[in-house]
Amino acid sequence: MSIETPELAYHERWERIKARFGSWGLTTYGILAFAFLYLPIVILILFSFNESRSVSKWTGFSLRWYGEMLKDDKIMISMWNSIFLAVVSTAIATVLGTLAALGLERYSFRGKTAVDSMFYLPVIIPDIAMAIMLLLFFNMSGIGFTPWKVSLFGVKLAVPYSVIIGHVAFNISFVAIVVRARLAQMDRTLEEAAQDLYANTWQTFRRVTLPMLMPGILGGALLAFTLSLDDFVITFFTSGAGFNTLPVRVFGMIKKGVTPKINALSTLMLAVSLSLVVISILLRTRSGDEESVQMGF
Amino acid sequence: MERLRRNPELQAWLLLAIPAAFLLIFFMAPLVIVFVYSFLERGKYGGVEWVFTLENIRRVFDPLYFKTFVRSFYIAIVTTLITLILGYPLAYYIANSPPSRRNALVFALMIPFWTNFLIRTYAWLTLLRTHTGLINVTLLNWGLIQKPLPLFGNDFAIILGLVYGWLPVMVLPIYAALERLDRSLLEAARDLYASSFYAFRRVTWPLSIPGVVAGSMLVFIPSLGAFVTPAILGGGKSLMIGNIISNQFLGAHDWPFGSALSMVMMIAMLIATLIYFRWTTSSEIAT
Repeated sequence: MSIETPELAYHERWERIKARFGSWGLTTYGILAFAFLYLPIVILILFSFNESRSVSKWTGFSLRWYGEMLKDDKIMISMWNSIFLAVVSTAIATVLGTLAALGLERYSFRGKTAVDSMFYLPVIIPDIAMAIMLLLFFNMSGIGFTPWKVSLFGVKLAVPYSVIIGHVAFNISFVAIVVRARLAQMDRTLEEAAQDLYANTWQTFRRVTLPMLMPGILGGALLAFTLSLDDFVITFFTSGAGFNTLPVRVFGMIKKGVTPKINALSTLMLAVSLSLVVISILLRTRSGDEESVQMGF
Repeated sequence: MERLRRNPELQAWLLLAIPAAFLLIFFMAPLVIVFVYSFLERGKYGGVEWVFTLENIRRVFDPLYFKTFVRSFYIAIVTTLITLILGYPLAYYIANSPPSRRNALVFALMIPFWTNFLIRTYAWLTLLRTHTGLINVTLLNWGLIQKPLPLFGNDFAIILGLVYGWLPVMVLPIYAALERLDRSLLEAARDLYASSFYAFRRVTWPLSIPGVVAGSMLVFIPSLGAFVTPAILGGGKSLMIGNIISNQFLGAHDWPFGSALSMVMMIAMLIATLIYFRWTTSSEIAT
């Protein structure tokens, strides 16, 4: 389309050269940026296999620190605590967050802006502020922090209700945001069709809305689970004496002194996070081509 | 039942009752408690005396603590700027990759982000420590330096840790904005003989501003309230406001002062956010 004058041809060639160098430079930058993101993690994993106590001088390959980690009862208890806490708080937050998402996305009512903002606040508030808020609340209200001792089918459990409440409090909002995003994208004609076919509100919800919403709910649950497993600050401030999760244990270990045992534990936690990310990606891609929902009327 | 079906407002409240009540009790009430505690006197053995005072708020502005406040702001602003400078080209690179590679790159960005923050900070601890950190040990071994570099226990270490921790959070919203960008606009600019830089400045950049704003907020707020990073990489010397707050609860047992510090921190964040929003929306109109 361009008018062919020597000057313009020159200009265009110059632009093309610039574009090529630009994209080459951009790719180089991309590689460097990812190297920056990954190198510390790779080095961390590498030194979990170090033979000696050092995390900066490589002396030889060994699985010694993994063995020490598995033998450490405190670490193992913290691990079960972490998993228990994440499962319980995720279950509660997923149900409550989904209810909130439905209420906020599907209806308009007086005072909605205020309720809306309340559900966003826990996401943006810094975790240190939320942690001390909850600390004061549990203290002042007399609810306290001491985990309940429960015996379930002969298994003795310590239920850290204060930490569970703290985790649910921030996870409700995250679940609600993810589920709302899904609701906003959802095609409402299917629900209208169901109603036209004399399905009542509950049937429509159970047979149409819920199945279509499932990827969003699972995505929200997975996010909540990861956030709960990862949380350090809120757990640290809301757990009573004697209740430790893995991040709290890791923080304590770092404060005492650096050994490859921390690297080994980190590698284990990294593997868990990685598998959770993979699951979430698989969920998302599968739900992508499953837009059409089978309705089991 | 019939009334419920006819009344959407009632339906909404039925759905929202339990989650809203939960947040009211376990989030809003604690927030109010922190606010109230900021104006109370400190109890003898921790806790509070129910006597109104402005002493805590005054102490926040005492140079001793206010200095830390200013430093935390400085660290958070520098962190946000560096993540923006590093993150924008990365987002641009991902958005301009072939679609088949794009998802893989976003995935690659998510992995470090989903890795526990504490672990990522610890990774830098093993690299940066003055005498035993990998960087100094290696450089000394190679004879490139005579004395260990001051990489640890200072603002540099904290900013590096924060930039590393929050970079993906900056990249994702910018990427989302760039990916949505209508390419025909750029082609139109080029057809009208705009240079690539000019097209970027007048088309790409203004359209990516929402992503930049979102990313900056997502980095700035947790950086200002950082607790883990200065606790680990500050080496006990370099502290931020989050550490001072936690000290009031873990060490000093001065809850009212800790509450006052967090109140002022949250209000400062709110003001900074509002100024930033005002500023970006006005500059958006200017371009």
